[in-house]
Amino acid sequence: MVGLVWLIPALPLAGFLILVFFGKRIGEPRAGWIGTVAVALSFVTACVVFAGLWGEPEHTYELSLFEWIPAGNFSVDIGFLLDPLSMAMVLFVTGIASLIHLYSIGYMHGDSRFPRFFTYLNLFVFSMLILVLGDNLVLTFLGWEGVGACSYFLIAFWFEKDENASAGKKAFITNRVGDWGFMVAIFMTFFAFGTVTYTEFLPLSPELAETTATFIALMLFVGAIGKSAQIPLFIWLPDAMAGPTPVSALIHAATMVTAGVYLLVRVNPIIAASASWIPWMIAIVGIATAFLAATIAMAQQDIKKVLAYSTVSQLGYMFLAIGVGGYTAAIFHMITHAFFKALLFLGAGSVIHGMHDEQDMRRMGALRKVMPVTAVTFIIGWLAIAGVPPFSGFWSKDDILAYALHKSPILYVIGLVTALLTAFYMSRLVFRVFYGDARWGESAEGELANLKAHTAVDVADSDEHADEHDDAHAGHGAVHPHESKWPMLVPLVVLAFFAAVAGFLNLPFTHNLEFLNNWLEPVVGENQANFDLGAFQLTFELALSTTIALLGIFAAYMVYLKNKVDPRRIELPFFANGWYIDQSITKFMGGIGRKGFELIAMFDKVVIDGAVNGVGRATRGGASRLRAIENGYVRWYALMIGVGAILIVAFVMTQVSF
Amino acid sequence: MSSNLSLAYLMLSAILFVIGGVGVLIRRNPLVMIMCVELMLNAVNLSFVTFGKMLDDISGQIIVFFVMVVAAAEVVVGLALIVAMARRRPGATADDLRTLRG
Repeated sequence: MVGLVWLIPALPLAGFLILVFFGKRIGEPRAGWIGTVAVALSFVTACVVFAGLWGEPEHTYELSLFEWIPAGNFSVDIGFLLDPLSMAMVLFVTGIASLIHLYSIGYMHGDSRFPRFFTYLNLFVFSMLILVLGDNLVLTFLGWEGVGACSYFLIAFWFEKDENASAGKKAFITNRVGDWGFMVAIFMTFFAFGTVTYTEFLPLSPELAETTATFIALMLFVGAIGKSAQIPLFIWLPDAMAGPTPVSALIHAATMVTAGVYLLVRVNPIIAASASWIPWMIAIVGIATAFLAATIAMAQQDIKKVLAYSTVSQLGYMFLAIGVGGYTAAIFHMITHAFFKALLFLGAGSVIHGMHDEQDMRRMGALRKVMPVTAVTFIIGWLAIAGVPPFSGFWSKDDILAYALHKSPILYVIGLVTALLTAFYMSRLVFRVFYGDARWGESAEGELANLKAHTAVDVADSDEHADEHDDAHAGHGAVHPHESKWPMLVPLVVLAFFAAVAGFLNLPFTHNLEFLNNWLEPVVGENQANFDLGAFQLTFELALSTTIALLGIFAAYMVYLKNKVDPRRIELPFFANGWYIDQSITKFMGGIGRKGFELIAMFDKVVIDGAVNGVGRATRGGASRLRAIENGYVRWYALMIGVGAILIVAFVMTQVSF
Repeated sequence: MSSNLSLAYLMLSAILFVIGGVGVLIRRNPLVMIMCVELMLNAVNLSFVTFGKMLDDISGQIIVFFVMVVAAAEVVVGLALIVAMARRRPGATADDLRTLRG
């Protein structure tokens, strides 16, 4: 049964090929069904393979299809490594992808490029599966680039609008910085081990020199922060929300952005062999990103922007987990996060769909009455991410915090503060969208003008955004929100179920209940931080987390439903503008940065190009001078032969002593 | 054979070689040039024989046969080229072949 592993990526690839050649002819909605069925079959295959994997020794199975790049000592196979880690990834990637494909059939209904959307989605799933299943760094890199390209295609899917096109470019270029690190890491790995296959070099890493391991780990980390949107390369993810919402759910929340986390967990022996500051750096970058993104999320008005920054923040938690040695906690949070964040994004998509492409939370409110299914499922997602027991986010976040406390109390405290912020901004979102007064419809016009005056401090572009919508709405009157159709609701319900119960994958009470920990043992066991929480400490931590979550929800309740505090005192422009990071970059790149790069361009032109052209010119000049001696006279050649012979003889005479 | 006589043969060989060499360099008639090359070869043959006698080594004389065979072959090719050239451009000198230069 495990031999079928090649079928898992092959099915989405087949779907992609069918759609890329016949997509237009197949048309809507059948193109969507083909894409969905391809991925769903892939999920079924994954389940079958999963059942088969139990019978394998150490739950590991390797399948090599053929040699891809043979070059001397260097050889790369198209081969799959199926172990507990990649199996877990494959299951949740294909599962969530199937649901999101189904959802997209409803969401993308009526789009002029409907078949192309599913072409890209299938290609994405294929690349993602190659990324997680690849048995060597190069194959993983192939998938890594594949998902990056699909991400670019899909962010800029509605490329008629300039912002969408440039958001795509921003994502692509920012990712490139990280990809550079990944590539250098691959080169270094080959240099150090002579192979890039995981099963060959990972067992050797404990013997690796510390500096080499540190360098490789550092470069892989650079790759990971690019893909997984950590400081300082997180700036592309909020802009990536320009893509269709299912894309945000699948690529920019559940799967692709977790590739960096997957990579770091995969190479955990290298991190273990590197200098001790590497895990510290990973943990600090993670917690700093988590905190920073959470503060920004508090002040966003666009429903998708809140979720985007929330994703960045949750990814920060996963990096924190890796840094403090809680590899299984990172994977655990990755899985629960995939469920609840995909759910939240799809819920947001349903809201946006129902509100006729309205994304501004200031024009929502009281939607639970008109969109009951969306509201209920969204609320489950909210409770999960806020960390309310017994929903999934509570268990995984608490798992990470337990590891953080084991490493350092400071990390733990910042983690708790971030958890408080998380509960707060998610509650704010839910209260503003589903509760309170309806701020849509005719009666809202006056209030809107009022709101606009209040939010003059906001980002310029969001105001322009609002203006456009005002004009649009003035034409055909008020918005009439409606509940979405069944292809969109089914995934919501299924995801809500998993968002609620996924926490039971890994309950901290007894060792036997830590299913995920035990399952991942063969992959990360040796390098996992090991400690035993006493019953008292465990209870204390769980109680503290619960209190924090409820506190955050209560605070949001006071601010946004009871209006005890003016929201403008919390939604500081500093946070709304994302700590002015984008603006600073723009300013820097427009001024000093540009000058610096012009200088570098000059250097390139004068020195590098100069050297290359100089070699060419020297060859040409020398040759034209040497041409003179080839004059075509036989006697001249004969003379040269004679002179040459005399010179050789003379040389031999000087060397030989008689 | 006295060493003086050997020396005389070697001198003759050197003189013939130089005459041949200078001939190749300064004459333009291809036929004469071939003859000069032959002259050089035979000058070398003469020195081979002389050295063979001086050192009492038979191989000096054997190699002369090889040189003769090679010289004969060379003349065949050379004369064929000259005939072909003369047919195409009667009266052409070796310098006129310069037009073949790339």
